[in-house]
Amino acid sequence: MSAHGHDEPVVRPEQVRISDKSIWSKLPIIMGVIGLAGLGGAYALGGGDHGGEHGNDFYFSYLTSAMFWLALSLGGLFFVLVQHAARAGWSIVCRRIAENMALTLPIMAILVIVGVFMGSHDLFHWTHTEVVAVDPMLKWKEPYLNESSFKVRALVYLAVWSILGLFYWFTSTSQDDASSPQEIKAKSHKMRWAAPLGIAVFALSLTFSAFDWLMSLDPHWFSTIFGAYYFAGAVVSTHAFIALLVILLHRSGYLRGVVTKEHFHDLGKMMFAFTVFWAYMAFSQYMLIWYASIPEETEWFSYRGAGDYLTLSIVLVFARFAFPFLGLISRHIKRNPKTLAFWAVWILVAEFIDMFWLIDPVGPYNANNHHPSIEFGLVDILCFVGIGGVWLAVLTWGLSRKALVPVNDPRLAESVHFENF
Amino acid sequence: MAKAPKVFGLMAEYENPQDLYHACEQVRDAGYAAWDAYTPFPVHGLEKAMGLRSSLVPWIVCVMGFTGAGLGFLMQYWMSAVDYPLIIAQKPFNSYPAFVPVTFEPGILLGSFGAVFGMLGLNRLPQLYHSVFNSKRFARVTDDRFFIAIEARDPRYDAEDTKAFLAETGALSVEEVED
Repeated sequence: MSAHGHDEPVVRPEQVRISDKSIWSKLPIIMGVIGLAGLGGAYALGGGDHGGEHGNDFYFSYLTSAMFWLALSLGGLFFVLVQHAARAGWSIVCRRIAENMALTLPIMAILVIVGVFMGSHDLFHWTHTEVVAVDPMLKWKEPYLNESSFKVRALVYLAVWSILGLFYWFTSTSQDDASSPQEIKAKSHKMRWAAPLGIAVFALSLTFSAFDWLMSLDPHWFSTIFGAYYFAGAVVSTHAFIALLVILLHRSGYLRGVVTKEHFHDLGKMMFAFTVFWAYMAFSQYMLIWYASIPEETEWFSYRGAGDYLTLSIVLVFARFAFPFLGLISRHIKRNPKTLAFWAVWILVAEFIDMFWLIDPVGPYNANNHHPSIEFGLVDILCFVGIGGVWLAVLTWGLSRKALVPVNDPRLAESVHFENF
Repeated sequence: MAKAPKVFGLMAEYENPQDLYHACEQVRDAGYAAWDAYTPFPVHGLEKAMGLRSSLVPWIVCVMGFTGAGLGFLMQYWMSAVDYPLIIAQKPFNSYPAFVPVTFEPGILLGSFGAVFGMLGLNRLPQLYHSVFNSKRFARVTDDRFFIAIEARDPRYDAEDTKAFLAETGALSVEEVED
Protein backbone atom coordinates (compact mmCIF):
# COMPACT_ATOMS: atom_id res chain seq x y z
CA MET A 1 0.00 0.00 0.00
CA SER A 2 1.82 3.10 1.19
CA ALA A 3 5.31 1.65 1.21
CA HIS A 4 4.84 0.01 -2.20
CA GLY A 5 4.13 2.59 -4.80
CA HIS A 6 5.06 0.31 -7.70
CA ASP A 7 3.05 -2.55 -9.11
CA GLU A 8 4.76 -5.39 -7.24
CA PRO A 9 2.09 -7.62 -5.63
CA VAL A 10 2.08 -7.90 -1.85
CA VAL A 11 2.48 -11.68 -2.02
CA ARG A 12 3.69 -13.80 -4.91
CA PRO A 13 1.62 -16.85 -5.96
CA GLU A 14 4.44 -19.30 -5.21
CA GLN A 15 4.45 -18.05 -1.60
CA VAL A 16 0.76 -18.65 -1.00
CA ARG A 17 -0.44 -21.29 -3.48
CA ILE A 18 0.29 -24.93 -2.73
CA SER A 19 1.75 -26.57 -5.81
CA ASP A 20 0.18 -29.74 -7.22
CA LYS A 21 3.49 -31.54 -6.81
CA SER A 22 3.78 -30.70 -3.14
CA ILE A 23 3.07 -33.29 -0.45
CA TRP A 24 0.52 -30.83 0.97
CA SER A 25 -1.79 -31.33 -1.99
CA LYS A 26 -1.77 -35.10 -1.40
CA LEU A 27 -2.41 -34.80 2.33
CA PRO A 28 -6.23 -34.53 2.09
CA ILE A 29 -6.41 -38.04 0.62
CA ILE A 30 -3.69 -39.50 2.85
CA MET A 31 -5.26 -38.00 5.97
CA GLY A 32 -8.73 -39.01 4.91
CA VAL A 33 -7.68 -42.63 4.47
CA ILE A 34 -5.81 -42.62 7.80
CA GLY A 35 -8.79 -41.01 9.48
CA LEU A 36 -11.38 -43.47 8.19
CA ALA A 37 -9.08 -46.41 8.89
CA GLY A 38 -8.50 -45.12 12.43
CA LEU A 39 -12.19 -44.59 13.11
CA GLY A 40 -13.06 -47.99 11.65
CA GLY A 41 -10.32 -49.70 13.63
CA ALA A 42 -11.31 -47.97 16.86
CA TYR A 43 -14.94 -48.95 16.43
CA ALA A 44 -14.08 -52.52 15.48
CA LEU A 45 -11.83 -52.91 18.52
CA GLY A 46 -13.82 -51.03 21.11
CA GLY A 47 -17.29 -50.32 19.78
CA GLY A 48 -18.80 -53.35 21.46
CA ASP A 49 -17.16 -52.61 24.82
CA HIS A 50 -19.75 -50.97 27.00
CA GLY A 51 -17.58 -50.25 30.00
CA GLY A 52 -16.36 -53.24 31.94
CA GLU A 53 -14.98 -53.03 35.45
CA HIS A 54 -12.54 -50.31 34.51
CA GLY A 55 -15.22 -48.23 32.86
CA ASN A 56 -12.69 -47.75 30.08
CA ASP A 57 -15.27 -47.39 27.42
CA PHE A 58 -14.84 -46.81 23.72
CA TYR A 59 -17.10 -43.76 23.87
CA PHE A 60 -14.98 -42.13 26.57
CA SER A 61 -11.90 -42.51 24.36
CA TYR A 62 -13.86 -41.25 21.39
CA LEU A 63 -15.21 -38.23 23.23
CA THR A 64 -11.72 -37.32 24.51
CA SER A 65 -10.30 -37.10 21.00
CA ALA A 66 -13.44 -35.55 19.52
CA MET A 67 -13.43 -32.73 22.07
CA PHE A 68 -9.69 -32.21 21.48
CA TRP A 69 -10.10 -31.70 17.74
CA LEU A 70 -13.38 -29.80 18.15
CA ALA A 71 -11.49 -27.36 20.39
CA LEU A 72 -9.18 -26.54 17.46
CA SER A 73 -12.13 -26.04 15.10
CA LEU A 74 -13.90 -23.76 17.57
CA GLY A 75 -10.68 -21.93 18.35
CA GLY A 76 -10.17 -21.32 14.63
CA LEU A 77 -13.66 -19.84 14.40
CA PHE A 78 -12.98 -17.70 17.47
CA PHE A 79 -9.73 -16.44 15.94
CA VAL A 80 -11.53 -15.37 12.74
CA LEU A 81 -14.38 -13.71 14.65
CA VAL A 82 -12.26 -11.83 17.13
CA GLN A 83 -9.73 -10.58 14.57
CA HIS A 84 -12.58 -9.23 12.43
CA ALA A 85 -14.36 -7.69 15.40
CA ALA A 86 -11.15 -5.99 16.55
CA ARG A 87 -10.31 -5.05 12.93
CA ALA A 88 -6.84 -6.39 13.64
CA GLY A 89 -4.11 -5.87 11.08
CA TRP A 90 -1.33 -8.18 12.22
CA SER A 91 -3.38 -11.37 12.00
CA ILE A 92 -4.58 -11.16 8.40
CA VAL A 93 -1.75 -13.39 7.13
CA CYS A 94 -2.80 -16.09 9.64
CA ARG A 95 -6.54 -15.72 9.12
CA ARG A 96 -6.94 -18.12 6.21
CA ILE A 97 -5.42 -20.92 8.27
CA ALA A 98 -7.95 -20.20 11.02
CA GLU A 99 -10.74 -20.09 8.44
CA ASN A 100 -9.70 -23.54 7.26
CA MET A 101 -9.71 -24.76 10.87
CA ALA A 102 -13.26 -23.47 11.22
CA LEU A 103 -14.18 -25.16 7.93
CA THR A 104 -13.86 -28.46 9.80
CA LEU A 105 -16.75 -27.45 12.11
CA PRO A 106 -19.61 -29.07 10.15
CA ILE A 107 -17.90 -32.45 10.02
CA MET A 108 -16.50 -32.16 13.56
CA ALA A 109 -19.90 -31.27 14.97
CA ILE A 110 -21.35 -34.32 13.21
CA LEU A 111 -18.56 -36.56 14.54
CA VAL A 112 -19.10 -35.35 18.11
CA ILE A 113 -22.86 -35.60 17.86
CA VAL A 114 -22.78 -39.12 16.41
CA GLY A 115 -20.51 -40.09 19.30
CA VAL A 116 -22.62 -38.59 22.07
CA PHE A 117 -25.90 -39.82 20.54
CA MET A 118 -24.68 -43.38 20.00
CA GLY A 119 -22.83 -43.52 23.29
CA SER A 120 -25.30 -41.53 25.35
CA HIS A 121 -26.14 -44.42 27.68
CA ASP A 122 -22.49 -45.27 28.22
CA LEU A 123 -21.37 -41.68 28.69
CA PHE A 124 -24.24 -39.96 30.45
CA HIS A 125 -25.67 -41.34 33.65
CA TRP A 126 -28.67 -39.05 33.45
CA THR A 127 -29.98 -40.70 30.27
CA HIS A 128 -31.08 -43.72 32.33
CA THR A 129 -34.62 -42.92 33.40
CA GLU A 130 -34.50 -45.45 36.23
CA VAL A 131 -31.49 -43.60 37.71
CA VAL A 132 -33.17 -40.22 37.42
CA ALA A 133 -36.36 -41.53 39.02
CA VAL A 134 -34.61 -42.22 42.34
CA ASP A 135 -32.24 -39.26 42.30
CA PRO A 136 -33.86 -36.01 43.50
CA MET A 137 -31.05 -33.86 42.15
CA LEU A 138 -31.22 -35.33 38.66
CA LYS A 139 -34.99 -35.14 38.78
CA TRP A 140 -34.69 -31.46 39.55
CA LYS A 141 -32.34 -31.00 36.60
CA GLU A 142 -34.53 -33.01 34.25
CA PRO A 143 -36.04 -30.01 32.40
CA TYR A 144 -32.53 -29.32 31.08
CA LEU A 145 -30.87 -32.70 31.26
CA ASN A 146 -33.16 -34.93 29.24
CA GLU A 147 -32.40 -36.72 26.02
CA SER A 148 -34.72 -34.88 23.69
CA SER A 149 -33.68 -31.37 24.69
CA PHE A 150 -30.05 -32.56 24.70
CA LYS A 151 -30.44 -33.68 21.08
CA VAL A 152 -32.17 -30.49 20.00
CA ARG A 153 -29.41 -28.41 21.56
CA ALA A 154 -26.74 -30.51 19.86
CA LEU A 155 -28.37 -29.89 16.50
CA VAL A 156 -28.54 -26.16 17.23
CA TYR A 157 -24.80 -26.07 17.99
CA LEU A 158 -24.13 -28.01 14.79
CA ALA A 159 -26.23 -25.56 12.76
CA VAL A 160 -24.78 -22.42 14.34
CA TRP A 161 -21.15 -23.52 14.01
CA SER A 162 -21.58 -24.82 10.47
CA ILE A 163 -23.24 -21.60 9.33
CA LEU A 164 -20.51 -19.44 10.89
CA GLY A 165 -17.63 -21.62 9.73
CA LEU A 166 -18.91 -21.93 6.17
CA PHE A 167 -19.94 -18.27 5.96
CA TYR A 168 -16.44 -17.06 6.80
CA TRP A 169 -14.72 -19.63 4.64
CA PHE A 170 -16.84 -18.94 1.56
CA THR A 171 -16.93 -15.17 1.94
CA SER A 172 -13.19 -14.96 2.47
CA THR A 173 -12.22 -17.33 -0.35
CA SER A 174 -14.64 -15.65 -2.77
CA GLN A 175 -12.89 -12.36 -1.94
CA ASP A 176 -9.74 -13.94 -3.42
CA ASP A 177 -11.45 -14.18 -6.79
CA ALA A 178 -13.25 -10.85 -6.64
CA SER A 179 -11.90 -8.30 -9.07
CA SER A 180 -13.59 -4.95 -8.44
CA PRO A 181 -12.46 -2.88 -5.45
CA GLN A 182 -16.10 -2.33 -4.44
CA GLU A 183 -16.77 -6.05 -4.28
CA ILE A 184 -13.59 -6.69 -2.29
CA LYS A 185 -14.49 -3.95 0.15
CA ALA A 186 -18.06 -5.15 0.47
CA LYS A 187 -16.91 -8.65 1.44
CA SER A 188 -14.55 -7.30 4.09
CA HIS A 189 -17.37 -5.18 5.49
CA LYS A 190 -19.76 -8.13 5.49
CA MET A 191 -17.33 -10.32 7.44
CA ARG A 192 -16.58 -7.55 9.92
CA TRP A 193 -20.26 -6.75 10.36
CA ALA A 194 -21.12 -10.34 11.24
CA ALA A 195 -18.26 -10.78 13.71
CA PRO A 196 -19.71 -9.24 16.91
CA LEU A 197 -22.99 -11.11 16.45
CA GLY A 198 -21.02 -14.24 15.70
CA ILE A 199 -19.04 -13.83 18.93
CA ALA A 200 -22.24 -13.64 21.01
CA VAL A 201 -23.70 -16.75 19.36
CA PHE A 202 -20.34 -18.53 19.57
CA ALA A 203 -19.92 -17.77 23.29
CA LEU A 204 -23.35 -19.15 24.17
CA SER A 205 -23.14 -22.25 21.97
CA LEU A 206 -19.63 -23.11 23.16
CA THR A 207 -20.57 -22.68 26.81
CA PHE A 208 -23.65 -24.85 26.58
CA SER A 209 -21.99 -27.49 24.43
CA ALA A 210 -19.26 -27.79 27.08
CA PHE A 211 -22.01 -28.15 29.70
CA ASP A 212 -23.80 -30.80 27.65
CA TRP A 213 -20.91 -32.88 26.41
CA LEU A 214 -18.32 -32.54 29.18
CA MET A 215 -19.89 -31.26 32.38
CA SER A 216 -22.96 -33.53 32.26
CA LEU A 217 -20.68 -36.58 32.28
CA ASP A 218 -20.95 -36.09 36.03
CA PRO A 219 -24.52 -34.80 36.20
CA HIS A 220 -24.44 -33.94 39.89
CA TRP A 221 -21.56 -31.58 39.46
CA PHE A 222 -21.87 -28.04 38.21
CA SER A 223 -19.53 -25.16 37.58
CA THR A 224 -20.70 -21.97 35.90
CA ILE A 225 -17.16 -21.23 34.71
CA PHE A 226 -16.88 -24.55 32.90
CA GLY A 227 -17.63 -23.16 29.43
CA ALA A 228 -14.87 -20.58 29.81
CA TYR A 229 -12.53 -23.35 30.97
CA TYR A 230 -13.02 -25.32 27.76
CA PHE A 231 -12.82 -22.10 25.75
CA ALA A 232 -9.50 -21.07 27.33
CA GLY A 233 -7.93 -24.40 26.43
CA ALA A 234 -9.35 -24.23 22.91
CA VAL A 235 -7.91 -20.77 22.27
CA VAL A 236 -4.43 -21.49 23.60
CA SER A 237 -4.19 -24.67 21.51
CA THR A 238 -5.50 -22.87 18.42
CA HIS A 239 -2.73 -20.30 18.51
CA ALA A 240 -0.24 -23.10 19.09
CA PHE A 241 -1.63 -25.03 16.14
CA ILE A 242 -1.54 -22.01 13.81
CA ALA A 243 2.09 -21.32 14.76
CA LEU A 244 3.02 -24.97 14.26
CA LEU A 245 1.28 -25.20 10.88
CA VAL A 246 3.00 -22.04 9.63
CA ILE A 247 6.37 -23.40 10.74
CA LEU A 248 5.68 -26.62 8.80
CA LEU A 249 4.57 -24.63 5.74
CA HIS A 250 7.76 -22.56 6.00
CA ARG A 251 9.76 -25.78 5.83
CA SER A 252 8.03 -26.66 2.56
CA GLY A 253 8.86 -23.19 1.24
CA TYR A 254 5.44 -21.57 1.64
CA LEU A 255 4.52 -18.33 3.41
CA ARG A 256 8.19 -17.32 3.73
CA GLY A 257 8.39 -13.56 3.97
CA VAL A 258 4.59 -13.44 4.40
CA VAL A 259 4.24 -14.79 7.93
CA THR A 260 7.35 -13.48 9.64
CA LYS A 261 8.88 -13.72 13.07
CA GLU A 262 6.83 -10.65 13.98
CA HIS A 263 3.69 -12.78 13.55
CA PHE A 264 5.30 -15.66 15.44
CA HIS A 265 5.97 -13.20 18.23
CA ASP A 266 2.29 -12.24 18.35
CA LEU A 267 1.08 -15.85 18.16
CA GLY A 268 3.49 -16.62 21.00
CA LYS A 269 2.07 -13.72 23.02
CA MET A 270 -1.42 -15.13 22.55
CA MET A 271 -0.22 -18.61 23.58
CA PHE A 272 1.31 -17.08 26.68
CA ALA A 273 -1.72 -14.91 27.48
CA PHE A 274 -4.23 -17.73 27.11
CA THR A 275 -2.01 -20.10 29.10
CA VAL A 276 -2.39 -17.63 31.94
CA PHE A 277 -6.10 -17.27 31.17
CA TRP A 278 -6.55 -21.04 31.34
CA ALA A 279 -4.82 -21.08 34.72
CA TYR A 280 -7.06 -18.25 35.86
CA MET A 281 -10.19 -20.18 34.84
CA ALA A 282 -8.95 -23.50 36.21
CA PHE A 283 -7.87 -22.02 39.51
CA SER A 284 -11.01 -19.92 39.95
CA GLN A 285 -13.05 -23.07 39.44
CA TYR A 286 -10.91 -25.05 41.88
CA MET A 287 -10.49 -22.47 44.61
CA LEU A 288 -14.17 -21.62 45.04
CA ILE A 289 -15.08 -25.29 45.23
CA TRP A 290 -12.23 -26.05 47.63
CA TYR A 291 -13.09 -23.09 49.83
CA ALA A 292 -16.85 -23.68 49.98
CA SER A 293 -16.34 -27.42 50.48
CA ILE A 294 -19.86 -28.43 49.40
CA PRO A 295 -19.95 -32.21 48.83
CA GLU A 296 -21.65 -32.30 45.43
CA GLU A 297 -19.06 -29.86 44.13
CA THR A 298 -15.91 -31.26 45.75
CA GLU A 299 -16.75 -34.78 44.58
CA TRP A 300 -15.62 -33.92 41.05
CA PHE A 301 -12.14 -32.99 42.26
CA SER A 302 -11.93 -35.75 44.83
CA TYR A 303 -12.09 -38.59 42.31
CA ARG A 304 -9.55 -36.74 40.16
CA GLY A 305 -7.33 -36.96 43.23
CA ALA A 306 -7.66 -40.76 43.54
CA GLY A 307 -5.14 -43.34 42.32
CA ASP A 308 -3.33 -42.50 39.10
CA TYR A 309 -5.56 -39.50 38.51
CA LEU A 310 -3.84 -37.62 41.32
CA THR A 311 -0.58 -37.86 39.39
CA LEU A 312 -2.39 -36.75 36.25
CA SER A 313 -3.88 -33.73 38.05
CA ILE A 314 -0.42 -32.64 39.19
CA VAL A 315 1.00 -33.23 35.71
CA LEU A 316 -1.79 -31.07 34.28
CA VAL A 317 -0.95 -28.11 36.53
CA PHE A 318 2.66 -28.17 35.38
CA ALA A 319 2.07 -29.14 31.74
CA ARG A 320 -0.73 -26.71 31.13
CA PHE A 321 0.46 -23.77 33.21
CA ALA A 322 3.74 -23.73 35.14
CA PHE A 323 6.15 -24.88 32.40
CA PRO A 324 4.65 -23.05 29.39
CA PHE A 325 4.27 -19.93 31.55
CA LEU A 326 7.99 -19.87 32.34
CA GLY A 327 8.94 -21.14 28.89
CA LEU A 328 7.02 -18.54 26.90
CA ILE A 329 7.92 -15.45 28.92
CA SER A 330 10.95 -14.55 26.84
CA ARG A 331 10.61 -12.53 23.66
CA HIS A 332 13.47 -14.48 22.07
CA ILE A 333 11.68 -17.81 22.52
CA LYS A 334 8.54 -16.45 20.87
CA ARG A 335 10.48 -15.03 17.91
CA ASN A 336 12.49 -18.19 17.22
CA PRO A 337 10.48 -20.71 15.13
CA LYS A 338 12.31 -23.70 16.64
CA THR A 339 11.60 -22.84 20.27
CA LEU A 340 8.08 -21.67 19.44
CA ALA A 341 7.41 -24.98 17.68
CA PHE A 342 8.55 -26.82 20.80
CA TRP A 343 6.07 -24.97 23.00
CA ALA A 344 3.32 -25.27 20.39
CA VAL A 345 3.66 -29.07 20.43
CA TRP A 346 3.84 -28.98 24.21
CA ILE A 347 0.62 -26.98 24.46
CA LEU A 348 -1.22 -29.33 22.10
CA VAL A 349 -0.13 -32.34 24.17
CA ALA A 350 -1.29 -30.50 27.30
CA GLU A 351 -4.68 -29.84 25.69
CA PHE A 352 -5.07 -33.56 25.11
CA ILE A 353 -4.06 -34.32 28.70
CA ASP A 354 -6.67 -31.78 29.80
CA MET A 355 -9.43 -33.43 27.75
CA PHE A 356 -8.37 -36.84 29.07
CA TRP A 357 -8.41 -35.46 32.62
CA LEU A 358 -11.91 -34.05 32.16
CA ILE A 359 -13.43 -37.16 30.58
CA ASP A 360 -11.56 -40.32 31.51
CA PRO A 361 -11.94 -40.35 35.35
CA VAL A 362 -15.73 -40.45 35.00
CA GLY A 363 -15.73 -44.07 33.78
CA PRO A 364 -14.02 -45.61 36.84
CA TYR A 365 -16.03 -43.28 39.08
CA ASN A 366 -19.32 -44.52 37.63
CA ALA A 367 -18.05 -48.07 38.06
CA ASN A 368 -17.32 -47.35 41.76
CA ASN A 369 -13.63 -48.06 41.29
CA HIS A 370 -11.89 -46.17 44.09
CA HIS A 371 -8.33 -47.00 43.12
CA PRO A 372 -8.38 -46.38 39.40
CA SER A 373 -5.35 -46.87 37.23
CA ILE A 374 -4.99 -44.97 33.98
CA GLU A 375 -5.47 -47.13 30.93
CA PHE A 376 -4.43 -45.60 27.68
CA GLY A 377 -4.52 -48.12 24.89
CA LEU A 378 -4.82 -48.77 21.20
CA VAL A 379 -8.46 -47.67 21.08
CA ASP A 380 -7.52 -44.24 22.48
CA ILE A 381 -4.75 -43.88 19.91
CA LEU A 382 -6.99 -45.02 17.05
CA CYS A 383 -9.72 -42.57 18.09
CA PHE A 384 -7.19 -39.74 18.17
CA VAL A 385 -5.71 -40.68 14.80
CA GLY A 386 -9.13 -41.37 13.29
CA ILE A 387 -10.83 -38.13 14.22
CA GLY A 388 -7.59 -36.21 13.70
CA GLY A 389 -7.19 -37.73 10.24
CA VAL A 390 -10.64 -36.59 9.17
CA TRP A 391 -10.03 -33.16 10.70
CA LEU A 392 -6.65 -32.78 8.98
CA ALA A 393 -8.09 -34.01 5.68
CA VAL A 394 -10.61 -31.16 5.67
CA LEU A 395 -8.00 -28.65 6.80
CA THR A 396 -5.40 -29.62 4.19
CA TRP A 397 -8.11 -29.77 1.51
CA GLY A 398 -8.82 -26.12 2.26
CA LEU A 399 -5.13 -25.24 2.39
CA SER A 400 -4.26 -26.84 -0.93
CA ARG A 401 -7.37 -25.67 -2.76
CA LYS A 402 -7.24 -21.97 -1.92
CA ALA A 403 -4.53 -19.41 -1.27
CA LEU A 404 -2.85 -19.65 2.13
CA VAL A 405 -3.64 -16.01 2.93
CA PRO A 406 -6.63 -13.83 1.96
CA VAL A 407 -4.79 -12.41 -1.07
CA ASN A 408 -7.34 -9.66 -1.77
CA ASP A 409 -7.77 -8.40 1.76
CA PRO A 410 -7.40 -4.62 1.48
CA ARG A 411 -5.02 -4.57 4.42
CA LEU A 412 -2.85 -7.55 3.52
CA ALA A 413 0.22 -5.33 2.95
CA GLU A 414 -0.19 -3.84 6.42
CA SER A 415 -0.19 -7.36 7.85
CA VAL A 416 2.83 -8.58 5.85
CA HIS A 417 4.91 -5.56 6.87
CA PHE A 418 3.71 -5.61 10.46
CA GLU A 419 6.38 -5.05 13.11
CA ASN A 420 6.28 -5.26 16.89
CA PHE A 421 7.57 -2.35 18.91
CA MET B 1 37.40 37.59 32.44
CA ALA B 2 34.45 35.33 31.76
CA LYS B 3 35.25 31.64 31.59
CA ALA B 4 34.72 30.10 28.15
CA PRO B 5 31.55 27.99 28.40
CA LYS B 6 31.99 24.23 28.33
CA VAL B 7 30.78 22.48 25.20
CA PHE B 8 28.03 19.85 25.50
CA GLY B 9 28.42 18.64 21.95
CA LEU B 10 27.25 19.07 18.39
CA MET B 11 23.62 19.10 17.35
CA ALA B 12 22.42 18.36 13.83
CA GLU B 13 18.93 19.19 12.60
CA TYR B 14 17.00 17.12 10.03
CA GLU B 15 14.00 17.84 7.88
CA ASN B 16 12.15 14.51 8.18
CA PRO B 17 12.26 11.06 9.82
CA GLN B 18 13.84 9.41 6.73
CA ASP B 19 16.85 11.76 6.80
CA LEU B 20 17.18 11.26 10.54
CA TYR B 21 16.92 7.49 10.19
CA HIS B 22 19.74 7.30 7.64
CA ALA B 23 21.83 9.79 9.58
CA CYS B 24 21.46 7.62 12.67
CA GLU B 25 22.73 4.62 10.72
CA GLN B 26 25.81 6.62 9.69
CA VAL B 27 26.50 7.87 13.22
CA ARG B 28 26.10 4.31 14.51
CA ASP B 29 28.48 2.94 11.85
CA ALA B 30 31.03 5.68 12.57
CA GLY B 31 31.29 4.17 16.06
CA TYR B 32 30.03 7.01 18.24
CA ALA B 33 28.83 5.93 21.68
CA ALA B 34 27.66 9.07 23.55
CA TRP B 35 24.90 10.37 21.31
CA ASP B 36 21.14 10.41 21.01
CA ALA B 37 18.35 11.13 18.55
CA TYR B 38 15.39 13.43 19.34
CA THR B 39 12.04 13.29 17.53
CA PRO B 40 8.53 14.74 17.97
CA PHE B 41 6.97 11.25 17.74
CA PRO B 42 8.21 7.64 17.93
CA VAL B 43 10.01 6.69 14.72
CA HIS B 44 9.52 3.02 13.91
CA GLY B 45 12.71 0.96 13.92
CA LEU B 46 14.92 3.86 15.03
CA GLU B 47 16.40 1.69 17.75
CA LYS B 48 17.84 -0.53 15.02
CA ALA B 49 19.25 2.43 13.08
CA MET B 50 20.81 3.67 16.30
CA GLY B 51 22.16 0.22 17.19
CA LEU B 52 20.63 0.26 20.67
CA ARG B 53 20.92 -2.87 22.75
CA SER B 54 17.68 -4.44 23.97
CA SER B 55 16.31 -2.91 27.12
CA LEU B 56 17.02 -4.11 30.65
CA VAL B 57 13.46 -3.31 31.75
CA PRO B 58 12.04 -6.84 31.11
CA TRP B 59 14.65 -8.34 33.43
CA ILE B 60 13.86 -5.80 36.13
CA VAL B 61 10.16 -6.58 35.77
CA CYS B 62 10.86 -10.31 35.94
CA VAL B 63 12.94 -10.08 39.12
CA MET B 64 10.56 -7.61 40.77
CA GLY B 65 7.49 -9.66 39.81
CA PHE B 66 8.80 -12.92 41.24
CA THR B 67 10.07 -11.07 44.33
CA GLY B 68 6.63 -9.55 44.86
CA ALA B 69 4.88 -12.89 44.45
CA GLY B 70 7.34 -14.61 46.79
CA LEU B 71 7.04 -11.93 49.48
CA GLY B 72 3.25 -11.93 49.13
CA PHE B 73 3.15 -15.65 49.77
CA LEU B 74 5.58 -15.48 52.69
CA MET B 75 3.60 -12.68 54.27
CA GLN B 76 0.42 -14.76 54.25
CA TYR B 77 2.22 -17.88 55.41
CA TRP B 78 3.76 -16.01 58.29
CA MET B 79 0.48 -14.36 59.30
CA SER B 80 -1.73 -17.47 59.01
CA ALA B 81 0.62 -20.23 60.06
CA VAL B 82 3.20 -18.59 62.36
CA ASP B 83 2.16 -15.31 63.91
CA TYR B 84 -1.57 -15.76 64.45
CA PRO B 85 -2.76 -19.25 63.50
CA LEU B 86 -6.55 -19.56 63.35
CA ILE B 87 -8.59 -22.54 62.31
CA ILE B 88 -10.85 -21.40 59.48
CA ALA B 89 -13.41 -23.75 57.90
CA GLN B 90 -11.40 -26.78 59.05
CA LYS B 91 -8.61 -25.88 56.65
CA PRO B 92 -4.91 -26.25 57.54
CA PHE B 93 -3.03 -23.15 58.73
CA ASN B 94 -0.95 -23.13 55.60
CA SER B 95 -3.89 -23.19 53.18
CA TYR B 96 -1.90 -22.26 50.13
CA PRO B 97 -4.79 -22.32 47.60
CA ALA B 98 -6.35 -19.46 49.55
CA PHE B 99 -3.06 -17.52 49.34
CA VAL B 100 -2.89 -17.52 45.54
CA PRO B 101 -4.92 -14.36 44.78
CA VAL B 102 -2.94 -12.31 47.29
CA THR B 103 0.31 -13.85 46.04
CA PHE B 104 -0.61 -12.76 42.53
CA GLU B 105 -1.38 -9.14 43.46
CA PRO B 106 2.02 -8.10 44.92
CA GLY B 107 3.62 -9.91 42.00
CA ILE B 108 1.75 -7.60 39.63
CA LEU B 109 2.34 -4.59 41.87
CA LEU B 110 6.10 -4.94 42.15
CA GLY B 111 6.30 -5.97 38.49
CA SER B 112 4.58 -2.72 37.48
CA PHE B 113 6.81 -0.74 39.82
CA GLY B 114 9.76 -2.41 38.15
CA ALA B 115 8.45 -1.43 34.72
CA VAL B 116 7.69 2.21 35.56
CA PHE B 117 10.59 3.04 37.86
CA GLY B 118 13.00 0.82 35.95
CA MET B 119 12.16 2.72 32.78
CA LEU B 120 12.50 6.08 34.53
CA GLY B 121 15.77 5.04 36.17
CA LEU B 122 17.35 3.72 32.99
CA ASN B 123 16.33 6.91 31.18
CA ARG B 124 17.71 8.95 34.12
CA LEU B 125 14.37 10.67 34.52
CA PRO B 126 13.16 13.02 35.87
CA GLN B 127 15.88 15.48 34.84
CA LEU B 128 15.70 19.11 35.85
CA TYR B 129 18.30 20.29 33.36
CA HIS B 130 19.48 19.08 29.99
CA SER B 131 22.03 20.83 27.82
CA VAL B 132 20.15 20.24 24.55
CA PHE B 133 17.67 22.95 25.54
CA ASN B 134 20.48 25.51 25.21
CA SER B 135 19.87 25.33 21.47
CA LYS B 136 17.22 27.73 20.17
CA ARG B 137 16.50 25.51 17.17
CA PHE B 138 15.82 22.54 19.43
CA ALA B 139 12.42 24.00 20.39
CA ARG B 140 11.06 22.60 17.11
CA VAL B 141 11.73 19.02 18.29
CA THR B 142 8.24 19.06 19.77
CA ASP B 143 6.79 20.13 16.45
CA ASP B 144 8.32 19.22 13.09
CA ARG B 145 12.10 18.78 13.30
CA PHE B 146 14.42 15.88 14.07
CA PHE B 147 17.76 16.11 15.86
CA ILE B 148 20.91 14.17 16.59
CA ALA B 149 23.27 15.32 19.32
CA ILE B 150 26.78 13.87 19.66
CA GLU B 151 28.29 14.66 23.03
CA ALA B 152 31.77 16.10 23.53
CA ARG B 153 32.60 13.36 26.04
CA ASP B 154 32.51 10.74 23.28
CA PRO B 155 36.11 9.53 22.69
CA ARG B 156 35.65 9.88 18.92
CA TYR B 157 34.40 13.45 19.28
CA ASP B 158 36.40 16.13 17.50
CA ALA B 159 34.99 19.63 17.16
CA GLU B 160 35.95 19.96 13.50
CA ASP B 161 35.78 16.41 12.15
CA THR B 162 32.48 15.55 13.84
CA LYS B 163 30.95 18.76 12.60
CA ALA B 164 32.00 17.98 9.02
CA PHE B 165 30.77 14.40 9.43
CA LEU B 166 27.34 15.50 10.63
CA ALA B 167 27.02 18.02 7.84
CA GLU B 168 27.57 15.21 5.35
CA THR B 169 24.74 13.11 6.82
CA GLY B 170 22.14 15.40 5.29
CA ALA B 171 21.68 17.81 8.18
CA LEU B 172 19.95 21.14 7.61
CA SER B 173 22.29 22.72 10.12
CA VAL B 174 24.93 21.70 12.64
CA GLU B 175 25.59 23.79 15.73
CA GLU B 176 27.70 23.59 18.84
CA VAL B 177 25.68 23.47 22.06
CA GLU B 178 26.87 24.71 25.46
CA ASP B 179 26.84 22.38 28.41
